[in-house]
Amino acid sequence: MSSPRIDVSIEHRGAPGPPGKRHPNTCPKCESHYRDDELDANLWVCPQCGHHFPMSARARIASLADPDSFVEEAADVRSEDPLHFFDLRPYAERLAEAELKTGLGEAMVIGQASIEATPCELAVMDFAFMGGSMGSAVGEKFSRACDGAAERGIPLVSVAASGGARMQEGILALMQLPKTVAAVEDLKDAGGAIVSVLTHPTTGGVLASFASLGDVVIAEPNALMSFAGPRVVQQTTREKLPDDFGLSESNFRFGHLDAVLARSELKPYVARLLRLFSHNGD
Amino acid sequence: MATDHELRLRERLARLRSVSLLGGARLSTELDKLERQLARLAEETTDEDIWRSVELARHQDRPYTLDYVERLLDDWTEFHGDRGRADDHAVVAGLGQFDGRTVAVIGQQKGRDIKDRIDRNFGSAHPEGYRKAMRTMELADRHGFPLITLVDTPGAYPGVAAEQHGQGGAIARSHALMARLDVPVVACVIGEGGSGGASALALADRVLMQENAIYTVISPEGCAAILWRDAGEARKAAAAFKPDAAHCLELGVIDAIVPEPGGGAHTDHDAAARLLGEAVHEALEELQPMAADERKRRRRGRFRSIGVYA
Repeated sequence: MSSPRIDVSIEHRGAPGPPGKRHPNTCPKCESHYRDDELDANLWVCPQCGHHFPMSARARIASLADPDSFVEEAADVRSEDPLHFFDLRPYAERLAEAELKTGLGEAMVIGQASIEATPCELAVMDFAFMGGSMGSAVGEKFSRACDGAAERGIPLVSVAASGGARMQEGILALMQLPKTVAAVEDLKDAGGAIVSVLTHPTTGGVLASFASLGDVVIAEPNALMSFAGPRVVQQTTREKLPDDFGLSESNFRFGHLDAVLARSELKPYVARLLRLFSHNGD
Repeated sequence: MATDHELRLRERLARLRSVSLLGGARLSTELDKLERQLARLAEETTDEDIWRSVELARHQDRPYTLDYVERLLDDWTEFHGDRGRADDHAVVAGLGQFDGRTVAVIGQQKGRDIKDRIDRNFGSAHPEGYRKAMRTMELADRHGFPLITLVDTPGAYPGVAAEQHGQGGAIARSHALMARLDVPVVACVIGEGGSGGASALALADRVLMQENAIYTVISPEGCAAILWRDAGEARKAAAAFKPDAAHCLELGVIDAIVPEPGGGAHTDHDAAARLLGEAVHEALEELQPMAADERKRRRRGRFRSIGVYA
């Protein structure tokens, strides 16, 4: 099966360029090629060079949650097309195509889970669904995840992967920034903890809202996280960008992250945090 | 161009909406009637009207934040610096007297001549600007001064230093701080409300928007460059995502439209300031009597209920 082209029709400033003809299972760094099951068995990390492939929301949840512990919530929330947005193709068509391609109803999956036996609420994004862009449905799901965590008195773990706000929903997409932030503040007032994991790429409106507001913010290696993407910055400033522009390592150096962790270290690290926040550290 | 009739309708609608929010729901019949009229009128907002708003919102003679400050506040005292790194001239913040009481005002500031525009970085703030805004918000909250924000930016600045100094995090935290304030907060989009750099100053109890202002998720040019692969298609993009005040009101993004003098705010700064002052005064009068906790709860609830999904 040939790879579907990555959809660039979102506020997509920071996302990686189109993959060209390369197969999605071919490592862009060392050109090694893998079957799905080989990558799946290795957390979608290249066994040769350690490159982190994009991970679907389902695979991410499987990698973090204890087996069979995940119970999905708000699975029926779907985007509408309030502006009847039509660029080169209708928004409704793009949505249907994204659902077919990913098997997901939206770019975020939420639900209850436990991680190393500590219960938590999960909110996980999927970049394959319209570039992980945030519209009303993603905002609503995140908002409900915050409420779920608050009601049960458990921490929220969010995993971001997003090109930013979803342009096809216009100003309503921008309003998901204040919406998700208000949900975070309600959760924080209820005493809830938030662990925010940033994966490649986390840019634009998602970085500028809930993803930056974790009590602890961590990222995967070599992931792009910037408000404006490299191309926009290049075009605006006409400067040569540093080689590590916007990458996790650079963000860590400038003090915006608590840790940069390889995917294999993620679950134990998050589990430890959850124990600490749940006062069960022993 | 919105007619006087339409503007009066919208104002009445906005007032009814906020009244029913504050009090009972007895007004729902009239509200329904007005909504229907408005829905009919909105169908007549043409693509040309939308583009005219884009042009007027960016008009070089349009009043900027300090033009309003000068006309609406006494004893204006501006603050400088984020207490960490720099003073960002794209954001002005300070205290003054409005209606005989001390208020804090924060807004983006554009420049009029080339030298001034460069000094103000065309109204595009760095993280330092949002941090100056945040320290002013904290000060206002501690002393109980109502906060007025004036939004006018093409967007937060996309630069290497801005990213290194944490643009995304600063915008996120500015939103978050506004969600925590105990004091009444009124925001008004007075020109370009460009993306996260604009909403970072607009998580308010009442969000107003001038008649010819725009509020957008991305600039029309940026949207066109991505979706149409041609920045020249900005008109099409604007028509598609409808950033004008009438549509923002219908979508529940703003609470009321602030009228401008005929022909636009740039034709008469004094009249524009008077109309803005009246709208802000009215909003503060409504907000002031409410208990702080209740106001904060409603503020968050207002934003948490925005969105259209199935």
